[in-house]
Amino acid sequence: MINFLQNLIDALSLGSLYALVALGIGLLFGILRLVNFAHGDFITIGAYSLILPSASVTATMVIGSWHWEALIPMVCVIVIIVAMATDILVFRPLRRSSAPTLMIASFAVSYMIQNGVLMIYGARPKAVNLWSALTTQINFYGLREPVLQLVTIATTIVLMVGLSLFLKRSRWGIQMRAAAEDFRMAQYLGVRGNFVIGLAFAVSGILAAAVSLLFLAQTGALSNVMGVPLALFAFVAVVVGGMGSLPGAVVGGFLVGIVTTMLQAYLPPDLRVFRDAFTFTFVIIVLLVRPAGLIPSRSIVERV
Amino acid sequence: MQTEESLLTDRPGLLAQPQAAELTAENVVVQFGGLAAISKVSLTVRRGDIFGLIGPNGAGKTTLVNCLTGFQAPTSGRVLLGGDATSGWSPDKFRKQGVARTFQAGRLFKEMTVLENVEVAAVGLGLTRRAAQLRAMALLDWVGLAPQANRIAGTLAYTDERRVGIARALILSPAFILLDEPAAGMSDAECEDLIEWVATIPDRFNCGVLLIEHNMRVIMGVCDRIHVLDGGRSLAEGTPAEIQENPAVMAAYLGMES
Repeated sequence: MINFLQNLIDALSLGSLYALVALGIGLLFGILRLVNFAHGDFITIGAYSLILPSASVTATMVIGSWHWEALIPMVCVIVIIVAMATDILVFRPLRRSSAPTLMIASFAVSYMIQNGVLMIYGARPKAVNLWSALTTQINFYGLREPVLQLVTIATTIVLMVGLSLFLKRSRWGIQMRAAAEDFRMAQYLGVRGNFVIGLAFAVSGILAAAVSLLFLAQTGALSNVMGVPLALFAFVAVVVGGMGSLPGAVVGGFLVGIVTTMLQAYLPPDLRVFRDAFTFTFVIIVLLVRPAGLIPSRSIVERV
Repeated sequence: MQTEESLLTDRPGLLAQPQAAELTAENVVVQFGGLAAISKVSLTVRRGDIFGLIGPNGAGKTTLVNCLTGFQAPTSGRVLLGGDATSGWSPDKFRKQGVARTFQAGRLFKEMTVLENVEVAAVGLGLTRRAAQLRAMALLDWVGLAPQANRIAGTLAYTDERRVGIARALILSPAFILLDEPAAGMSDAECEDLIEWVATIPDRFNCGVLLIEHNMRVIMGVCDRIHVLDGGRSLAEGTPAEIQENPAVMAAYLGMES
């Protein structure tokens, strides 16, 4: 039982990360019909922003050694700037392009960031010690969990509640929701298109920054492709949840995280190396039963 | 405390009242590939008038409205708002300068509430949420949908969707509103309702109405002037009485429509 609870918390913690990444991807897809594979690389940039830019093997913390109250906003600002610059330099000139064109452009951005990081920071992964205090375990009636797992889950809940309040209550949020459902119509009503899209990139930047810190604190290693698997699994989560639906992205993220962790824990040892194959089999089954995802978006269904 | 009426039609101080007195298409041509959807159409909608735009299916009515609202750039010719050329304006600029429209299909934001659908238009034009909500409620009340304000828009009846679309377009009193077949699919009784209701728009909101409609009862009942398109060309323009007696119009309608 204790064992299962521990696995469950691990699963929720991994699911949280996937849910945050999926939200970032889902938000942009909703408004722009852009599947942004560069989102994972925004995460990479957030992580690398903590250290001194150099090709040396050991990482020298700069922003990473700041107090968390300064560190978190700083990383957010950096990733927001990168995300919005990507919009202005790459996606704004492609505004009237088709969805596949946008997706391929996002692959290009992704590779450019990966290779840019490679050139500046060198090819070898670097060990980084961020917030090591969070890895201490707490003991709760025999349940031993690192504080970090709980912090990850709590942060995700705070960000999700914050995002949903922002979308529901704020004057920008209501415009983003309208643009996500019918971009042209929103413009006809006076909503400024580029402004709303820029805002969506900024919000996805905040989500990416949060993931980079939580993920780095867990793994303790920087690599120029560290964000790629996150973006891939999150994309799968978005599809499972239902393209264009934010609650779907969250549900999909948690589901993929939970399935992955539970397979890791309970598959026979010989089969564990094939864990991802089982995960994706599960995904395929879900999509066979519900082709539009678990929580399909009304507006997307009608458009297709 | 603002009165109900001022919530319905005033624009608050921070927004300039649109001044344009005329919305004009000047020799507008639209070509898709080599095919002319509209050739050399000119018309002028005056503020305070209800201007009917009729014609058989495929006559180019919606294409013309698309030009007049910035959805589509004319291949040649110009669209003028109060004498200013509008080329290069984005759709939101058209709305800010006072040109609003509705769509045949309604195009509500189906996952948002009815109130939010109207509210977002006022927020997009610069109001705070609270101010936008007050005005949105006043408009919903006017179109008779206040009791449905908190329903999800996707669950509304087809004809009610149309009303929300009109409320959304009328918020903060545009100078011109372009209604694309508001009566489509309505029963006779609903049409009567709509006629009465549309007829009050110019005075109440101090705006001009361009009405695309198939239903001749609606058109003849409310319009000050009517412009007839056929095959992308102007066939005639005049008062309802003149149009009804125009031989070219009668031929086009008898020929194309039962």
